[in-house]
Amino acid sequence: MTATLTAPAKARTGPVPAPVRRARRRNAALGLLAWISGILFFLPVAWMALTSLHSEPDAATNPPSLGAPLTLDGYREFFGAGGGNSPWPPLINSMTASVVSTLLVLLLAFPAAYALSIRPVRKWRDVLFFFLSTKMLPVVAGLLPIYLFAKNTGMLDNIWLLVILYTSMNLPIAVWMMQSFLAEVPISVIEAAQIDGARLPTILARVIAPITGPGMAATALICFIFSWNEMLFAQVLTGVVAQTAPVFLTGFITSQGLFLAKVCAASLAISLPVLAAGFAAQDKLVQGLSLGAVK
Amino acid sequence: MSAPPAAAAPPAASAQDPQPPPAAKRPALRAWATRAPLMPALVFLIVVTQLPFAATLVTSLFDWNSLHPDDRHFTGFDNYSTVLADAEVRESVVTTAVLTAVVVLVSIVIGLLLALLLDRSFKGRGIVRTMLIAPFLIVPVAAALLWKHVLYNPEYGLFNGLLNWLAGLVGIDDPVQPEWVTDMPLLAVQMSLIWQWTPFMMLILLAGLQSRPLDLIEAARLDGAGNWQIFRYLTLPHLRRYLELGALLGSIYIVQNFDAVFTITKGGLGTANLPYTIYETFYNAHEYGEASATGVLVVIGSIVIATFALRVVSSLFSEEVSRS
Repeated sequence: MTATLTAPAKARTGPVPAPVRRARRRNAALGLLAWISGILFFLPVAWMALTSLHSEPDAATNPPSLGAPLTLDGYREFFGAGGGNSPWPPLINSMTASVVSTLLVLLLAFPAAYALSIRPVRKWRDVLFFFLSTKMLPVVAGLLPIYLFAKNTGMLDNIWLLVILYTSMNLPIAVWMMQSFLAEVPISVIEAAQIDGARLPTILARVIAPITGPGMAATALICFIFSWNEMLFAQVLTGVVAQTAPVFLTGFITSQGLFLAKVCAASLAISLPVLAAGFAAQDKLVQGLSLGAVK
Repeated sequence: MSAPPAAAAPPAASAQDPQPPPAAKRPALRAWATRAPLMPALVFLIVVTQLPFAATLVTSLFDWNSLHPDDRHFTGFDNYSTVLADAEVRESVVTTAVLTAVVVLVSIVIGLLLALLLDRSFKGRGIVRTMLIAPFLIVPVAAALLWKHVLYNPEYGLFNGLLNWLAGLVGIDDPVQPEWVTDMPLLAVQMSLIWQWTPFMMLILLAGLQSRPLDLIEAARLDGAGNWQIFRYLTLPHLRRYLELGALLGSIYIVQNFDAVFTITKGGLGTANLPYTIYETFYNAHEYGEASATGVLVVIGSIVIATFALRVVSSLFSEEVSRS
């Protein structure tokens, strides 16, 4: 099969300019296609950004108005709205829950991943599977007891309960990711350091940290994103005091009717921390999502 | 609260033991030293995820409506027969399966095509990648609101606006203006989820493409293999574990999707999936026993699927160097 193909292929790689030009045109076409798909996927976000900068009447027009004057009223309304509807407490709650639970995840997952990769315990694959399998236990299956527990212990509407739950939610994925990052550290390097008399803290700081740093950052980023985005636990377990940004966003809309510009401004403002972190660390995101399988 | 996370990270003593191979001296102690760093995470996870499930199991055997707390009593498997006979629950099982399968498959296929496009070099590749990642980085509730109000709204949503504008260009005054959410509720939810998850799949597959052994492809090309042959016999097998990883993680998250269903349709019009149904049963109908029984059934279903999926995904390990 390959033999029959060889002849025409060789002829094509010859110094004839026409096929080269054709290939170039094809490349340009594919590049254009990539641009078009990129723009299509980005369009809703761009439209949301544009709508957020319009006045309410201009936002709700059909056909869409592109040339309407821009205004920051939507954002002003969102951030400045009086009457106890300030977005700051929910934003601070979300930040607390996401950052603290991410730190807790790292603290718990690193030793576990270490035990599963560098000096693996016996049957480490089974243990790793167990970690991932807890992720397949749907959260709704434990929601009611958690709700009742919180109600009876006075933990309802308490941000620290969300911290604990978000930690358990992200821990399995973090262990998986870290395990694969740590597995890339060559054992020989660690042994060489040991022969030189380095102890564990030194090995962690000088050998393991530099190699796995980007992977750890990716893990933290993904845990942060999933915590920031979480909705079901927050919806059921928080009320007024511990309300998080996503829950605030839905309540904010139903209680005030439909204000497109304000909805868009609020949605973008609440997505901003994740957007900023994700854009800034694209490569790490890729690395993290592929569980470190890319070097 | 029950698992003090402060107990984390006591591995200091464990890993310093001089040499690994001879487990002659005090093997039991050594084994525990290796195992110790694992314990905080394991205990924490068991307490926070498995204990509540055990409690759900117990609750599912009780007739318990929180509006009639005095009437709580043991009923055995009554809740299960009630739930299994409930047409709504059965419908939401189908909805969950369809929703998950469609979203995962479509977003993997589009994600693969996009990854192949982005794997080539062209002007502005970085910008295109950034634009493509954006949907994954919008908070899911915000994305659902965006689709529901800003895109799908029949009167001033972008989709009907574009239809109107395009129709105006060709001289049609009254184009069709579909009621997206009412006319095609499940599709509306699926489209918004596909939009959010395609970038995720693309990122995983792009990582896979970029880790391909290029020398092998070069050799195949010299042997006269065409683009399609290279894709079929080299790229696709290499991508297999990335495709599996994407399918696994995607399924885990989409089976449990709550935000889109809750926001776009409020579970109406045949779009209630299992998480939403359970949420309704316990949060609004206050039927604790039935909600728990449904939860247990979901878990049984998940275990069956997970066992299958994990077996498939175990190929993720096959290429890794075993260190045990």
